[in-house]
Amino acid sequence: MTTETAAVPASPAAPGAPLLEVTDVRKHFPGRSVGLLGRRSNPVKAVDGVSFTVHQGETIGLVGESGCGKSTTGRVVSKLIEPTSGSIRYEGRELAGLRPGQMRPLRREIQMIFQDPYSSLNPRHTIGTIVGSPFHIQRTKPEGGVKKAVQGLMERVGLNPEHYNRYPHEFSGGQRQRIGIARALALRPKLIVCDEPVSALDVSVQAQVVNLLEDLQSEFGLAYLFIAHDLSVVRHISDRVVVMYLGKVMETTDRDTLYESPMHPYTHALLSAVPIPDPTVESRRERILLTGDLPSPSNPPSGCVFHTRCPKYRTQLSETERERCRSEEPVLEEKRPGQSVYCHFAEARTDLIDGEADLPTTSGLRETRPRSAA
Amino acid sequence: MTITSPVPSAASTDPGVFLSVEDLRVHFPTDDGLVKSVDGLTFDLRRGEILGIVGESGSGKSVTAQAILGLHKGSKAKISGHIWLDGQDLVPASEDDMRAVRGSEIAMIFQDPLSSLHPFYTIGNQISEAYRVHNKVSGRDARKRTIEMLEKVGIPNAAARYSDYPHQFSGGMRQRAMIAMALICEPKLLIADEPTTALDVTVQAQILELIKELRNELNSAVILITHDLGVVAETCDHVVVMYGGQAVEKGPVADLFDVPEMPYTWGLLSSMPRMDRVRQTRLTPIPGSPPSLIQVPKGCVFNPRCRFSDRVEGNRCFTVHPDLLPTAPGHEVRCHIDPEERRQILLTEIRPNL
Repeated sequence: MTTETAAVPASPAAPGAPLLEVTDVRKHFPGRSVGLLGRRSNPVKAVDGVSFTVHQGETIGLVGESGCGKSTTGRVVSKLIEPTSGSIRYEGRELAGLRPGQMRPLRREIQMIFQDPYSSLNPRHTIGTIVGSPFHIQRTKPEGGVKKAVQGLMERVGLNPEHYNRYPHEFSGGQRQRIGIARALALRPKLIVCDEPVSALDVSVQAQVVNLLEDLQSEFGLAYLFIAHDLSVVRHISDRVVVMYLGKVMETTDRDTLYESPMHPYTHALLSAVPIPDPTVESRRERILLTGDLPSPSNPPSGCVFHTRCPKYRTQLSETERERCRSEEPVLEEKRPGQSVYCHFAEARTDLIDGEADLPTTSGLRETRPRSAA
Repeated sequence: MTITSPVPSAASTDPGVFLSVEDLRVHFPTDDGLVKSVDGLTFDLRRGEILGIVGESGSGKSVTAQAILGLHKGSKAKISGHIWLDGQDLVPASEDDMRAVRGSEIAMIFQDPLSSLHPFYTIGNQISEAYRVHNKVSGRDARKRTIEMLEKVGIPNAAARYSDYPHQFSGGMRQRAMIAMALICEPKLLIADEPTTALDVTVQAQILELIKELRNELNSAVILITHDLGVVAETCDHVVVMYGGQAVEKGPVADLFDVPEMPYTWGLLSSMPRMDRVRQTRLTPIPGSPPSLIQVPKGCVFNPRCRFSDRVEGNRCFTVHPDLLPTAPGHEVRCHIDPEERRQILLTEIRPNL
């Protein structure tokens, strides 16, 4: 069977069943040996109990600061690293614990796009070799030969197929990212884990690549796990968003709810920190500054992991309430339909993005905003 | 290419102006040809003002900053024009003169704090060195001053962290240490080259807040180089938009976001996704890629990517290099399209899709 025929977007799996189901996944990296006796320090809990689902054709945004475990989650999902515990079910099959040989046939269906288009392409290989390598590794023979398939892919992602024999250094950053996308697309995957795919690109080029990813999604019915720290891009591209902090999920809900009435204090701080390209709006927004640095993931705080930096804990809670934050760890629970939050004292805020608390609904363009000059 | 050098504006005689860059050109001869990284840049900056320089990679924004600091001296770069700093022209200044200016008059914060701090020396050591070079003080005084500075930029437990090495600091703290180093001599001009690009949004918010606070306290002039229009909207008073080594639009920050007139600025604004808007169907990228600085397009630098060049009669976009002309007080645009028509295009074609 060729990959071409396997590429039919419609999945044979039961309709409505998630494509990928991640349940309570943990990844703890062993600590360094300390001293002569080789005692190990505490393990680094990079990912500590993360659960989410991805449906066919859907985009899940995974956001958080650096060190929150979002990239590790992406790597665990694509099985580049083995989780310490937890389950990753792909179309009903358990991926955790599969040996590399057992995993290989499934690798066609889960692919990855990396952040840095300069280091993710082998400088000694031509574009033809790079984009064609998935066919060789998987020993599949596309119809019409590898070269034709590669040139078709290059054309699809907006590269000139005549550049088949060129080397990566002859391309710009945006074009290299297209090469990485063509390679990920070669075997017609169903899920692509995108780890910061547009962060290294200039805005005008970034928009080209975001549009390309969206076109490919509707054409091939792809699902994306979109890992990014840029909350504006995530709002544009995602259907649902997962916010992570210190290896745990803080809040997860659909896109518009997350941006218009987020409930977790960490989400509040993240959203308020993103500058908006409009000086009028910018001047009336509240900026919630987080104090201090990210705690060490090998020695996370007791109780709620966010309490050491939580603005709400610091300024709004009573001592008994604070005691609860320090001693009892919250669980991610559904506070409103479709909105799960990890916080004892979750409360929706609607004024973070444009400085006005006037957005009870999630629909309709807000075109009536006053402009200072026109 | 027709080189039109804009006549130095009368503003350079304005006594309030602290830094005045006039027709600055930085050209690098290479084997492939002359790279015109900065080609005729003019702007003024007053004390206490924050000027944003925006543009994509290769637009010449960082080279401009390096030229102001005199970092091209001794290299092959050909520099012409004037950089007036408080009445002194820095372009002909010697390396020794520049050394006295750097650190005390002008300081710079770089994008990547890890590669701009020396891994073998302690943070405190590196910061106090900057102070001792420009001031005759004892080691103890320098240490005291350094700890004060570290406290000011928000490093907790500064006295104890004085003897830490850069790798013991997190990314945000390193950038704070760089800011402390830049500000220890109370420079009158601070150049921040993408100071927050490598940082998380939450840390970015802290650092921008810090730069604004210090500006208010020291009344320094600040040049903030960035590609993030959000950062500009939040921090800057004036903006220069650079493209292909030239300023294509400049003006007060409110004008630039409310009534931008240059097609490139429109492109930048409409290509970025907005967190404060409900999702549009598609982003509108600027087609193509930035120009080669060796073979700069004839006529307007932006013409290969401009959607509106058919609005100009006689193909002038492709033959005549447009001047940077005033369109409103303090607002200048480099574009052949008639100003009335530009405003019309903005209202009817650009604004609805922003």
